[in-house]
Amino acid sequence: MKNLIKLSLLVIFSLTIVSCGGDDKKEKKEKVKVGKTKTTKSKKAKKEKIETTYDLSNKGIGPVKSITLGADIDQAMAVKGGEVFKSKCTACHKIGKKFIGPAPNGIFERRSPEWIMNMILNPDEMVKKDADAKALLMEYNGSPMANQNLTEEEARNVLEYFRTL
Amino acid sequence: MKKTINILVALVIVAGLFSCNNSESTSNNQGALSSSAAEKVYVAPGELDEYYAFISGGFSGQLAVYGLPSGRLFKVIPVFSQDAEKAWGYNEETKPMLNTSHGFIPWDDSHHPDISQTNGELDGRWIFINGNNTPRIAKIDLTTFETTEIIEVPNSAGNHSSSFVTENTEYVVAGTRFSVPVPQRDMPINEYKGNFKGALTFISVDPEEGHMDIKFQIIMPGFNYDLSHPGRGKSHGWFFFTTYNTEEAHTLMEVNSSQNDKDFIAAINWKKIEEYVNNGGGTKMPANYAHNVYDESTHTATSTMKKEVLVVNPSEVPGAVYLLPTPKSPHGCDVDPSGEYIVGNGKLSANLTIHSFTKMIDAIENEKFAGDAYGIPILNFEDVLAGVVEQPGLGPLHTEFDGKGNAYTTFFISSEVVKWKLGTWEVVDRKPTYYSVGHLMIPGGNSRKPFGKYVVAMNKITKDRYLPTGPEVTQSAQLFDITGEKMELLLDFPTIGEPHYAAGIPADIVAKNSKKLYKLEENMHPYAAKNDDETRVERNGKEVHIYMTMIRSHFSPDNIEGVKVGDKVYFHVTNLEQDYDVPHGVSMIGANTSELLIMPGQTETFVWEPKQVGVWPFYCTDFCSALHQEMQGYVRVSPASSDIELKWSLGED
Repeated sequence: MKNLIKLSLLVIFSLTIVSCGGDDKKEKKEKVKVGKTKTTKSKKAKKEKIETTYDLSNKGIGPVKSITLGADIDQAMAVKGGEVFKSKCTACHKIGKKFIGPAPNGIFERRSPEWIMNMILNPDEMVKKDADAKALLMEYNGSPMANQNLTEEEARNVLEYFRTL
Repeated sequence: MKKTINILVALVIVAGLFSCNNSESTSNNQGALSSSAAEKVYVAPGELDEYYAFISGGFSGQLAVYGLPSGRLFKVIPVFSQDAEKAWGYNEETKPMLNTSHGFIPWDDSHHPDISQTNGELDGRWIFINGNNTPRIAKIDLTTFETTEIIEVPNSAGNHSSSFVTENTEYVVAGTRFSVPVPQRDMPINEYKGNFKGALTFISVDPEEGHMDIKFQIIMPGFNYDLSHPGRGKSHGWFFFTTYNTEEAHTLMEVNSSQNDKDFIAAINWKKIEEYVNNGGGTKMPANYAHNVYDESTHTATSTMKKEVLVVNPSEVPGAVYLLPTPKSPHGCDVDPSGEYIVGNGKLSANLTIHSFTKMIDAIENEKFAGDAYGIPILNFEDVLAGVVEQPGLGPLHTEFDGKGNAYTTFFISSEVVKWKLGTWEVVDRKPTYYSVGHLMIPGGNSRKPFGKYVVAMNKITKDRYLPTGPEVTQSAQLFDITGEKMELLLDFPTIGEPHYAAGIPADIVAKNSKKLYKLEENMHPYAAKNDDETRVERNGKEVHIYMTMIRSHFSPDNIEGVKVGDKVYFHVTNLEQDYDVPHGVSMIGANTSELLIMPGQTETFVWEPKQVGVWPFYCTDFCSALHQEMQGYVRVSPASSDIELKWSLGED
């Protein structure tokens, strides 16, 4: 009898696992990766996964309501922004490479300028309330965007620096 | 027989009922009281306390920060004792803070915190506290709540009549409790009398940075100097010290130093002595004492040995030092907010003695002296006496003031706080303490402007007041409301170590200046890695220096190879966070030291000397984020003979 209960529990348990993983074959594939070294194939598969549509009208939540980017890049601002980026952000963000957080290049194709600045200036509220920021938090395994206490001017310079990438 | 037993039992029950009723009715009374007491100390979740209370840790060597009226403990500031929790005295940066002329000392006995003043009022910039055992004075910066300076006091022993400040924090004062040979030398103990001396040290405080420097030491007769307080208002420029053992006994002190009916309060005109030394007076004497300063920009302390101290013999400066006879072995030496009254809490005396500053000056001007001690004029007791509180209790220790004309004195032996009126010397109220109260504190009670809302009594014994914890039980503080005519006990709360003494201040003076983080751009630590590009590992012979960063939720680098058995590995770790309340910790398996707890923007260093070949993990010790458990790394340790090159990385396969 005892064994029977144990057995049925086991069956239920494994059913749950199957039903959870069942929808997504890729995830299932990753599960069996334990103990094996990485292959280049899985990296390619990851790249394909990021295909999504982006809502460029979302300005996010925070102090920045409206930003107009100049026709040309302001090089002086970009240089300053690059310095700030290097000292405060590179621990988690690498150019051209997904790291702890997303790569900043191509960010204007994914986010509005206001959203970017609000994410820099007000990350705690953003990851709680903004749908895109929440999705990012999940995509990056719950790794929070750190508030590095940039001033609005510094964040604006970083934005200009992003335009050069 | 059975019946009798029955009746007896019934009687006992009835008696029990009665006594129950009685106790119920009293507890009902207390119930009404205690419900209002509860309201008075209840600080609702999310609400803030009205006062900071800094209560000394005694033999813990530290200083604890509580909120009033709640009695909640916020922080234990490490001062004189190593603290593994905060790496104080364990990391490379703070080890020099505990250096002395006797070498590195990991412990002391911290006693009397006092907050800096401007114009006789609390300014909340710094708090000073004395190390009693190996004489030292520490300064704690109240923007960071960190100890930033410690100065050793030469020619001193049992640094007890310390660390009280003058009205504009011109000086923090350190008096010796035990007299000793000055300078120290090999001599028979029984030649104490006339040969041992008591040094009273005036340490100047730089008005901008607060840096401490010994300006002069007054070499007094070989008495014990127990406590001290500054003059204020009209008596500004004077400092008062209680003395006992004016018998100059050196053995069986509890008997031999309790012989004289009166000891003295020594009144020191420090302005006069300051003027004397500013004009080249005093003698430079060889000495050896440590001056340790923590630099907030390098996050690193340096220790400098000083080799000379300026000493002044009181007989060189006529009119600078007088002795006021005071019964009997006085402990606390307390000056009222006006600066007129000097209270001598004669711990073996039946009465409480209050001297008058005006009368003292008058007696000095009229040269009414009763004699002298080693050339120091002794005034007549009756000439300087303002009044006496007659038999207020047993064993008076310490008096503070509420700024409304009342004084509050602790009585150790009768275990109570007694409220009395300045000028009329009448007792107004008394309340028991639980048990054996030492000192007490009213925020600002040692200043021109006390905040007379609460008094905190600090008890030496608690016995049945808390759940038992084996033979060693907590000591405690008790909070009384003193806004009414009668004092009202509101709260008991346990304290760390032995709460000798305390200083309190309205929270709004201090809280607004409290620093939130260290700015990365202001970090001048020589081994800081301030961004990812600066992370690296360098070898210099057998020394390996790891320039590491930390941010939620990784170390950079987190894989290090090329370390060998026999190396001395320095982890210099910088917290790159720039947000409030995001510290990270780090610890390494087998490191013979504590963890590091690193605040945002700060760099700290620990040393690891790997003894075994293997791959050894390190990890973050302060739960920092959802990925805290992932915040870890590995160091590969190869045999001493190995030729594996140093290699470090983050996120590489």
